[in-house]
Amino acid sequence: MPNTAAGPQTGGALAAIPATPPHLRIEMLSQARYLSGARELVSAVCKRFGFDDGACGQIALAVDEALCNVIRHGYDKRADGRIWVSIWPVAAAEAAALRGGSGPGGVGLSLRPDEEPAGVRIVIDDQARQVDPESIKGRALEDIRPGGLGVFIIRQVMDHARFEKRAEGGMRLVMAKLLNNAAAASDPSRPGSEGPHAPPHAPNASPDRKG
Amino acid sequence: MELKVEKLDNAVVVSPTGDIDLSCSRDFQQWLKKSLESRPPRLIVDLANVPYMDSSGVATLVEAMQIARRQSTKLVLSGLQPKVRSIFEIARLDRVFTLAADLNQAQAI
Repeated sequence: MPNTAAGPQTGGALAAIPATPPHLRIEMLSQARYLSGARELVSAVCKRFGFDDGACGQIALAVDEALCNVIRHGYDKRADGRIWVSIWPVAAAEAAALRGGSGPGGVGLSLRPDEEPAGVRIVIDDQARQVDPESIKGRALEDIRPGGLGVFIIRQVMDHARFEKRAEGGMRLVMAKLLNNAAAASDPSRPGSEGPHAPPHAPNASPDRKG
Repeated sequence: MELKVEKLDNAVVVSPTGDIDLSCSRDFQQWLKKSLESRPPRLIVDLANVPYMDSSGVATLVEAMQIARRQSTKLVLSGLQPKVRSIFEIARLDRVFTLAADLNQAQAI
């Protein structure tokens, strides 16, 4: 089936994992009863990051859809699977670099304590069945039938979304969304924003191995 | 999620209360199917008390719409709150379903 669900971009620098540890991480069992808690937490954090109510709701929806997919398709509704949701703010300089098309040089720039985020990056890790990321596609909109909407919604709502296999087993979804006013709020002259940065790596790529 | 079913002269009104997500969409599906069994001329799903719905809830409504069309039942969704309307708009299903502002309008459409 053709993927008509593409958002503005499905990969790119925003879909990279920052080198710094997440600012917030939750671990949950693959049970639908925890979806509402995850939604509320994500929405509340995004509100503090500066997103308006509509955007907070949409980001929480994207997380909900991603978690549903892991529970239903990844773990086949098994109730004892583990899922990790990690959240980072996107720094203004990084957002400006990305919007300016200067590439991934700023990925993972840490936020100054007094700096307001310019977006949010959310990573969802699991230990579920691995599938070819290329096979994860939303259904065509004209194909009106129950199901298949989750991936479409994720790509529609977020600025970036990328599925990948984890080396440790399981799947990873990296999503990001920038604030609409991020470019205006950016400050490329901030310390640490100049010059190329080392390619990001993922020291936290195995949340299951962390405490 | 709690759910109330009311039979009117020419319609059945299903009124869920609470979030509709994967944790309860199967119950929602069962209630909708049961409400369609009597082949009412009109099925109104009043979502005025549903603050949130994810794609599992939407899928249930799509399935109900398909059953309704086959048996010539008019399916109307009423009272969509902003977050619920948003998912219908994102999926462009707001053009597919008959939407009403409230229960009164849903009975008159």
